Amino acid sequence: MSKVTTKKNDSDELKLNAIKPATNRLFNLVFIILSFVSLFPVFFVLMISLSSEQSIAQFGYQLWPNEFSSSAYQFLWHERGMIFRSLFVSVLVTVLGTAIGVLLTTSMGYVLSRQQFRLKGFYTWIVFIPMIFNGGMVANYVVVNNILGLNDTIWSLILPLAVSSFNIIICKTFFRTTIPDSIVESAKIDGASQLSIFVRIVVPISKPVFATIALFLTFSYWNDWFQSSLYISNAKLISLQALLNNMMKNLEFIAKNPSAGLSLQQYKNSMPSESVRMAIAMVIVLPIACVYPFFQKYFISGLTIGAVKG
Amino acid sequence: MKNRKNFSAVAVPKKHRKWSRDDTELSLLGLPTFIWFAIFSFLPMFGLIIAFKDYKLTPGRGFLYSLINSDWVGFSNFNFFLKSNTFGMLLRNTLLYNIVFILLGIIIPVTFAVMINQLHNKFISKAYQTMMFFPHFMSWVVVSYFVFAFLNPDKGLANAIIKAFGGERILWYSQPQYWPFILIIMQVWKTMGYSMVVYLASITGIDGSLYEAAMLDGANKWQQVKYITLPSIKSVVIMMFILNVGRIFYSDFGLFYQVTQGVPNSLTNVASTFDTYIYMALQSNVSIGKTAAASLFQSIACCVTVLAANFIVSKIDEESAII
Repeated sequence: MSKVTTKKNDSDELKLNAIKPATNRLFNLVFIILSFVSLFPVFFVLMISLSSEQSIAQFGYQLWPNEFSSSAYQFLWHERGMIFRSLFVSVLVTVLGTAIGVLLTTSMGYVLSRQQFRLKGFYTWIVFIPMIFNGGMVANYVVVNNILGLNDTIWSLILPLAVSSFNIIICKTFFRTTIPDSIVESAKIDGASQLSIFVRIVVPISKPVFATIALFLTFSYWNDWFQSSLYISNAKLISLQALLNNMMKNLEFIAKNPSAGLSLQQYKNSMPSESVRMAIAMVIVLPIACVYPFFQKYFISGLTIGAVKG
Repeated sequence: MKNRKNFSAVAVPKKHRKWSRDDTELSLLGLPTFIWFAIFSFLPMFGLIIAFKDYKLTPGRGFLYSLINSDWVGFSNFNFFLKSNTFGMLLRNTLLYNIVFILLGIIIPVTFAVMINQLHNKFISKAYQTMMFFPHFMSWVVVSYFVFAFLNPDKGLANAIIKAFGGERILWYSQPQYWPFILIIMQVWKTMGYSMVVYLASITGIDGSLYEAAMLDGANKWQQVKYITLPSIKSVVIMMFILNVGRIFYSDFGLFYQVTQGVPNSLTNVASTFDTYIYMALQSNVSIGKTAAASLFQSIACCVTVLAANFIVSKIDEESAII
């Protein structure tokens, strides 16, 4: 009885405690503007990619082109050999990298979450020191390029980004707070090895943290152009981001290997160069734009786990 | 934390146990990651000896042979870098940009997080967050195209607007005076939504009864924010602050390199930082020893700042320190 009345009071108080309707409208206006500013460039680039070359030449980039044209996308379709190869490299690097990265990150996270492990201190330092001191760009480059000789292989895109100390700490904190020691102990009494405990018990009950780490890795691999620019010169291993990066420096990069039957000059003239660049940007952006709203919460949960002091 | 240790002490009474099968299995489970760290984190640390060498490739021999047989030159690579004119410029740019980024990176997202938390309609609030989160998922290469769409001197939107108001068009990519603002705006644009959501996550974790009590005591909205919200998220803000101060000698390479279209000569003074300098030196024929010296300087400076920042915070508030 009394509970019901307090509940009613509570909601009244909460309403009382809310901001005034006028302030609410003002705040909404602010956030509408901010949301618009966040998304506007994508819309603009999409419109440029759909403009005809004549309309760009005459009026510049327009928010609503004078003349729509799908020539940029037709051109990309015509060059699909190159685009699909880059897409394939991007997807392969992302999938392989995410798989390897998740395995390396979570296994170490689990190991560090075991309180009684004798080497826990040692492994913790191994993970922790790189957060404070690292060799820097040149030393990493020398190791990957000169010592390991991974340049111009797909591994130079995958391995350097596979593990980060921050992700391991997220995993460690998650495992320590969600996996009861008693489950692990009883599995051990049943004769299970740590590997089978990890695979059979830890993995099934820790899906959220796996999803978080996998997402962090997926986006960092998909968006990476830096590794490519350092290590890749073979045109067959160019990812989508690297392709876009190269085209910024050299508009005709995509036209270096013209299709048969055309001279280089004819080919360049036939290319809707302005809109093609923007079209490739859209090819990269659209997959992300379509999926990220569904995964956003895992990003946030990962960050809030990471913020808990381990 | 302490309680937890006590619990595990109950489960395993002896502190110095013998090495068990469990330890072997866990060591092996962690081994692949350990090897990764050895190769990609610790090997580069030893690779830094290249900064103290006058590296010359011995014809017909591999890299390691050449490295070991190159002459030691002590700190001359560092002297070269520290005394060059570029050093002062790089130091100024890197530090000033980072200071601005750190301050704006706290003030703007915290303000918006507090504001968005007050909105009446939670569903709309979620929609705003999702839209504002979007730039975080764009790579700087893609963002540089967004910027190009605005700043292209002939076809860009910015000049079209200037012309429509009767102004002269601006050759953006060769006018250094605008770039500090452009770079700061782009940094804020890309990180604002993400940081806002991080701070919002800790604001929504605050116990609602605190606000009710404050309201009964007659506190207005502003007082509630000042005395409840802000103190409650203090530790998250401080943690982000330490993390960022620790990276004060690093710059977001993509921002400076991609958004300026590869730091053209005209923008060197306003847009080059340690990272762009090292990257461009690596691509050019500057000796790798000198480049490595610049890189090592950056790493050491960073190491010192992160430890110092953590030390200061631990003196002020032990709970908030991260190490």
